[in-house]
Amino acid sequence: MKREIPGTYILSGKNARQGYALNRMCFSFNDAANREAFTRDQKSYCERYGLTEAQTRAILDRDLIGLQRLGGNIYYLGKYAGLLGLDVQDWGAMQTGMSKAEFTAMLFASAA
Amino acid sequence: MAQIVGCVNTSHVPSIGKALAHGLQQDPYWSPFFDGFPPIHRWLEEVKPDVAVVFYNDHGLNFFLDKMPTFAIGAGQQYVNGDEGWGQPDYPPFAGDEELSWQLINHLVDHDFDMTICQDMMVDHAFALPLKLLFPGQPACPIATVPISLNTVLYPFPSARRCAMLGRNVGDAIRAWDSDKRVLIVGTGGLSHQLEGERAGHLNPEFDRKFMDSLLNEDPSWIEQFSSEDIIEAVGTAGLEIIMWVAARNALRGPVREVHRNYHIPISNTAAGTQALAPA
Repeated sequence: MKREIPGTYILSGKNARQGYALNRMCFSFNDAANREAFTRDQKSYCERYGLTEAQTRAILDRDLIGLQRLGGNIYYLGKYAGLLGLDVQDWGAMQTGMSKAEFTAMLFASAA
Repeated sequence: MAQIVGCVNTSHVPSIGKALAHGLQQDPYWSPFFDGFPPIHRWLEEVKPDVAVVFYNDHGLNFFLDKMPTFAIGAGQQYVNGDEGWGQPDYPPFAGDEELSWQLINHLVDHDFDMTICQDMMVDHAFALPLKLLFPGQPACPIATVPISLNTVLYPFPSARRCAMLGRNVGDAIRAWDSDKRVLIVGTGGLSHQLEGERAGHLNPEFDRKFMDSLLNEDPSWIEQFSSEDIIEAVGTAGLEIIMWVAARNALRGPVREVHRNYHIPISNTAAGTQALAPA
């Protein structure tokens, strides 16, 4: 990126290098059998894909911001979040520190 | 020679698929979005396209980071909407138009657009849902398709200026095609939204409206002054998907008229826009 935009995580070269294994694991969730394997044992599944300890911890903790700081990208993390049963308003709330109701209200308020 | 009947640009939020599956078109949350389509359906019945060229962005289905083409084009007999991580959609495959695919490929590469050529590619919601919205109530899309995927995942992204050039060349290739087919151009994505980071939920209706207005100009190049960073700052990371609209609009040459426009906040986390344009 030619300049940083606060609160925004672009998959630039630096993030892509750091996050490759993590993003590759999330990409694997396109396959239903892999989703089941992850759900059965998240930690082993992370190991299989070669995630770092910090990335594995962030997966287990559902730490979306942490995962992005460690190179995860929303196009792939979205598959992980979906697998946890979270919708995009849940993600919004988790990342902004708002409640889901507050986050949704903010979206509606932007229409004005 | 083939004829371009016009272009339709629209948002492609995944939850539209759920709304369609559950018949929520008249639900109070959804109707401000779905109500934008009947005037476009009537127009499509008049102009009767045979085939659609669809500019969209793959969301980690067909392309992973091991091989990420900036511009990819389908040259398949058909395209299947694969499982994006939340189950296999039950849509029948979308028919391809291999003759048009190769007309586009040959013309584009000849004009310095080095496309990644895909004889087999899966398509995702960004391709499928807009076609579902344009041709509702039928199990299979009634017209053939050619997908063109633009990278919005892995930085650096193609500039708006470059996407406009791609669109102009796609338009020229269609106009030079020795065929009596009637071609619809579709651009999918946007408008402003951002799903990730502390800035999640960012929307920018003022910029969105300015952008939609600018596409009505005979010279639609207003957006081309902005870099990828500028666009992301204005309309959010996922708002960068407006480059599909830019490519689609630039396939049309000469003055255009607005068949219909709709704009509504929010659908999911997105400022949902729909705009149909026809040659004036």
